Amino acid sequence: MSDSKLYIKEMPADWVPGRDKQKVVSPEYMFHEAPREQVFITGSEAAREAIRRSNVDIAISYPITPQSETMQQAGYLYDEGYIGEYYRAEEEIGTMSAIGGSSRAGIRSLTATSGPGLMRGMEAISSWPGARTPLVLLNMCRVINTPLAIQPDNIEMSFLINSGLIMLHGENQQDFYDYTMAAFMISEQVDVTLPVSVSVDGFFVTHARGNVKMQADDLKLPPRDGWRSAVPAMDNENPPARISRDAPIQKSNFISYHMHASWQQEVFAATERAKKYINNYLGGIVEIINPDADVMLIASGAAVSQSREAVRQSSELGIKVGLIKVKAIRPFPKAELREACKNVKQILVPEFNQLGWLHKEVCSNLFGFTDAQIAPGPRVYGGMTMPTEMILEWLEEGRKDKPWFFQDPF
Amino acid sequence: MAEEVQRYNIRMAGVGGQGVVTASHIVSNGVVISGGHSSLVPFFGSEKRNAPVESYVRISNGEIYEIGEIIYPNVLMIFHAQVITLGKSYTMPFYSGLKKGGIIIINSRTPIPFSVDEERELEENGAQICYLPATEMANDLAKTELATNMAMCGAISGLFGLPDLTSLEASVKDRFIGKGIVVSGGTAALDSAIERKFAKKAKLLEANVKTLTAAFQYAIDQGWAKEAKKRRDEIKAAEAASA
Repeated sequence: MSDSKLYIKEMPADWVPGRDKQKVVSPEYMFHEAPREQVFITGSEAAREAIRRSNVDIAISYPITPQSETMQQAGYLYDEGYIGEYYRAEEEIGTMSAIGGSSRAGIRSLTATSGPGLMRGMEAISSWPGARTPLVLLNMCRVINTPLAIQPDNIEMSFLINSGLIMLHGENQQDFYDYTMAAFMISEQVDVTLPVSVSVDGFFVTHARGNVKMQADDLKLPPRDGWRSAVPAMDNENPPARISRDAPIQKSNFISYHMHASWQQEVFAATERAKKYINNYLGGIVEIINPDADVMLIASGAAVSQSREAVRQSSELGIKVGLIKVKAIRPFPKAELREACKNVKQILVPEFNQLGWLHKEVCSNLFGFTDAQIAPGPRVYGGMTMPTEMILEWLEEGRKDKPWFFQDPF
Repeated sequence: MAEEVQRYNIRMAGVGGQGVVTASHIVSNGVVISGGHSSLVPFFGSEKRNAPVESYVRISNGEIYEIGEIIYPNVLMIFHAQVITLGKSYTMPFYSGLKKGGIIIINSRTPIPFSVDEERELEENGAQICYLPATEMANDLAKTELATNMAMCGAISGLFGLPDLTSLEASVKDRFIGKGIVVSGGTAALDSAIERKFAKKAKLLEANVKTLTAAFQYAIDQGWAKEAKKRRDEIKAAEAASA
């Protein structure tokens, strides 16, 4: 027999959970109207502040660098009563399965992971969209390939691209803050009812400080209404408790392929329907700088920051370079890109991964809609940042008669 | 008085326990307090004493877009001689990527004996090397070598004027008795150790500010800013001549 005791922190009798002291405001007020104050904080702190204002019912995660600092900060929020329930799962299969379950029960659910953790949880993660589970997955990008490293490299995002999740990719601490809050609201729209992932490049965003404009902390988003959903929440309070979805989502292995195919179509149609909410809450699915430039950089995540600096330094040299910031990878802003690139002559796609997954997206969506040549890079990987000097070199090469990156066999 | 430089990027290198990451937060926060723009990113493996640590700070009086580590810095701050002599650094050699005419502040009372190749490359690159007895200053004024990082921060202010000394002091205050700065888990443990040494935080703050101010004055007395300006002008003139 063990004499172990349960060490539960006794709260004073008059303790009021932090979230009970906050005032509910509409997402429109929160995102567009509420006054904001600027603070200089790390990305992990920015995520914590977003979670504080998001009326989160449950958070479940398993620690992994560089995600751990954020979820340790989320622990403080639980202690202060801003998160309803919070626990560390056994590992990522457990985490991602459990958070799917909590979402199905109709409550606002949050989890977070990084590179290898995302890979481990992938089976459960790819079951979320079909189960129509609104929840938010924060993904602090990290190298996944051997040799082992903890540095940022966003190749893991390529594994999420075709899983049916909505995918936002934040550039900096401000985006991590804004996208996280917006993600909950996008995910729970009736015509969406899907999980939303918010990826940022680890360390460069999570462990670095930047300016973040935040609303007052006594405001919170409206709570989740589990019944206001494409697929209603399960009733887990009145017996018999159910552990599986109703047919046809989870019936048996005899599900017809017609049914399965139409279900998949519906999931991907729902990701497209999310675009109007992304446009509304994030102020557009793309941001375009110098739209009339002949040479355009197309980037997402941290690569946008480096591209902005390349645009600035180019303008100092008297050269106009354009930039399209892609905020969402799913739904992909293909109509916006086709329109923005119809007269462009050359496109460069700076990326923080070896594969060039954004380059592939850009090529397949622009094919037949632009005469621009699309350069396969510049790219850095293994965790290094992209020096602005590298983008400037590629831009300079692109101004030559025969840039090496357009030569066969490259 | 130190001349204000508009935009510069620092790579700080030292060993675990010296407060390199803390120094980068203090400088960066100081710039923001003074009304400038700044961002930083640390780089370290597992948090342990004497292991290599780097931290990068971008400073500007205008908007900063870039993020991530700084591959081509203008300024290097070497917190420990072992970064050079034992190669305790993620960036080898320690000056790799330093821009032409860059500044290197080294925590050492006496000049470091560089290898022949290092000597030549530094010379070719027009690097300005500034030796600051930061650990001695910390021991003399704060009675602990843990204030070494304060001396390093003070020297930056003396060299560039951005952040100014007042804002830098306010930043140190933020770190110890203000709203607090989240640096890392390991730093929290170090805090409690240093607090035992100084019964009162106010006393700790005073000792830190004393070290900060002394290093600021040292940088001015040595004429580092003037020398830096001279080199910048020479490089500009040479570039104009070759263009």
